[in-house]
Amino acid sequence: MSEPPLLRVRHLTTEFLLADAGQRARAVEDVSFDVYPGQTVGLVGESGCGKTTVLMSILRLLPANAEIRGQVFFRGIDLLTLTERQMRERRWKDISIVFQGAMNALNPVMRVGEQIREAITLHGLMPPNEAEVRVGELLELVGIPKERGAQYPFQYSGGMRQRAMIAMALACSPGLLFADEPTTALDVMVQAQILELLQGIQRKLGLAIVLVTHDLGVVAEMCDTVVVMYSGKVVEYGPVDVIFNAPQHPYTQNLLQAFPDLARPGTVLACIPGAPPRLTDLPPGCRFAPRCPARMQWCDAEVPILREVQPAHFAACHLVKDV
Amino acid sequence: MSDFPLLVVENLRKYFPVAPSLSDLFSRRPPKIVKAVDGVSFSLARGEVLAIVGESGCGKTTIARTLIGLEQETEGRILFDGQPIGMRERRTLAGLAMLESTTPAARDVQTLPRLPLKRLRQQAQMIFQDPYESLNPRATIFEIVAEPLVVHGLARQRTEQIARVKAALEDAGLRPAEEYFLRYPHELSGGQRQRVVIAGAMVLSPKLLIADEPVSMLDVSIRAEILNLLRDLRQQRGISIVFITHDLGTVSYFADRIAVMYLGRIVETGLTAEVLKNPQHPYTKALLSVVPVPNPRLRRERVILQGETPNPANLPTGCRFHPRCPAAIAPCRVVDPPPIQVSETQQAACLLVKTPSPAP
Ligand SMILES: Nc1ncnc2c1ncn2[C@@H]1O[C@H](COP(=O)(O)OP(=O)(O)OP(=O)(O)O)[C@@H](O)[C@H]1O
Ligand SMILES: Nc1ncnc2c1ncn2[C@@H]1O[C@H](COP(=O)(O)OP(=O)(O)OP(=O)(O)O)[C@@H](O)[C@H]1O
Ligand code: SF4
Ligand SMILES: [Mg+2]
Ligand SMILES: [Mg+2]
Repeated sequence: MSEPPLLRVRHLTTEFLLADAGQRARAVEDVSFDVYPGQTVGLVGESGCGKTTVLMSILRLLPANAEIRGQVFFRGIDLLTLTERQMRERRWKDISIVFQGAMNALNPVMRVGEQIREAITLHGLMPPNEAEVRVGELLELVGIPKERGAQYPFQYSGGMRQRAMIAMALACSPGLLFADEPTTALDVMVQAQILELLQGIQRKLGLAIVLVTHDLGVVAEMCDTVVVMYSGKVVEYGPVDVIFNAPQHPYTQNLLQAFPDLARPGTVLACIPGAPPRLTDLPPGCRFAPRCPARMQWCDAEVPILREVQPAHFAACHLVKDV
Repeated sequence: MSDFPLLVVENLRKYFPVAPSLSDLFSRRPPKIVKAVDGVSFSLARGEVLAIVGESGCGKTTIARTLIGLEQETEGRILFDGQPIGMRERRTLAGLAMLESTTPAARDVQTLPRLPLKRLRQQAQMIFQDPYESLNPRATIFEIVAEPLVVHGLARQRTEQIARVKAALEDAGLRPAEEYFLRYPHELSGGQRQRVVIAGAMVLSPKLLIADEPVSMLDVSIRAEILNLLRDLRQQRGISIVFITHDLGTVSYFADRIAVMYLGRIVETGLTAEVLKNPQHPYTKALLSVVPVPNPRLRRERVILQGETPNPANLPTGCRFHPRCPAAIAPCRVVDPPPIQVSETQQAACLLVKTPSPAP
């Protein structure tokens, strides 16, 4: 890709300072990846591996007990060096987000259209009268008839509420959209509708998307590039076809074998015994070592670094050799 | 005595009254009803796993609740282990009308001893969707798993109680069991919690397990763990399982047969391999096409049905799927299609489906 990346994340590390005396939980460590214009990047991994924390760190939306280090270049500018005020100028306009579980967070006593209009005017994007027109446009963009903007959230199905959240995130025409588990609570058909909607919007607006999910099927369908995280770190990163058909990291391999596949019915599902380590009690070497079927002595001693296995394909495992 | 099916469900219906709106009251419209389950028949052999799949609201949970006696069916018959259960049984128990049906099969049924609801509750256990909500946070794991024994007045001796709780926990893969006895749910991982739920169901040594979305809230790796556990229980204990889900991916993994539901009806049923390879009903085809497959080389044309399932209080005429059906023809609007036998084991209820003519 000759175009420069839209977003370039380098060595992103986020720690939460915990209430009990000086304890730190390193939820994200040394995460690096790129997002190119118009591309979809999938961020996958088990619950608690830090997916949401990565997005929230980039947007600088974390609570005060979070400490963020590294660089996050958006169109060449490091967002982590901006003042809060400058950041406010960019949030929603450059990068916007559909929060995890947000469809259940709509204000129940306010009409949906009004909530979208509030989102627009709150960010000071346009005067209220123009905002009205924009609300209509946005609703139609996400496939909700304009008139239904006058309804309340309880009159919406789950799928419609998620559409409304997407409309809200698109209010300021961002170049990059973060979608954090946008289909997790929805059933397959509605999930397919929402994914189709995201693809359609992406094509129409030339939007780049970072899609967070733990559904590997969704990743295979939607993404160009995949970042696999384990316990706060990137274990493997590369083009979607390589990640699914020639994964190098034992964790990625395990994860794929644990996922039921309609195309291969009846195959035995692999389990990954045990659980991810506690963040306040991380193993000294590779974080996956305690659960890894390919573990060697070395794995407990030294932290594996992310190596380029093939051009554009990276894995962090002692078994993996550089190109 | 074990060649007859463990469970036979015939023409099961469950209707719920809808609370009338103010305007309904003023206009004196007749009260509406939700036909949550509207004529469902199936059977389950011993040791068999039947998956019931379908979109949200199609009536899956209502079937499950009716099967274990948490809801009273509006109509239909349920035979568990050859014995009738459900409303008709209760009616007879109450000394009310006997079965009015005159078919020979039904008369046979009348002569059979009835299965008391209490015994059904021991022999048919249900596992619910959310492992976080279904465990009492203030009870220890021992108390949680022992509770069904206490409720049913079983294993009154302390030693026997301990033995059964231990066996159930170990069956559910929590070993050594004693290590879990005094722990609380919040001290366990999601997968372990769902194992405790399964242990609570297994402690009564049921013949039937009804699992309502048992893994949809769980992470991929834990999901595999629980699916494998259910698969082992079925193999080692010969337990029958009704597995309810909207995820066809998990179904392909361990169900023997599939029943696809749409708006309160089974629209297609057959052996898992048969239905997955050769779906007949347009709804099944659409559902299969949208299951995300974890292989980017297999990205396919998806048949995405627009809108959502219609309200079961307001059923479409004719084939209830016709407003969303990509294959609908004019008669679909008027004719309610009966199930057509596609093969010895596969049936589909669609006007476009023909019985294959016998080979010449
Ligand atoms: N404000 C906070 N204070 C302390 N720890 C936190 C805080 N927010 C998140 N964490 C911890 O950081 C880790 C990563 O959490 P995060 O929400 O990013 O995970 P995730 O990958 O998005 O998980 P899920 O799939 O469940 O949404 C977890 O262990 C979590 O408990
Ligand atoms: N107690 C009740 N009173 C009125 N309507 C009900 C009741 N229980 C269920 N219903 C309705 O019956 C229909 C079927 O519900 P059910 O919970 O069985 O669906 P489901 O297939 O389990 O859906 P999901 O996948 O969302 O769990 C729905 O339209 C529901 O609103
Ligand atoms: S009967 Fe008609 S509407 Fe119903 S599924 Fe078949 S083709 Fe579609
Ligand atoms: Mg998250
Ligand atoms: Mg349900």
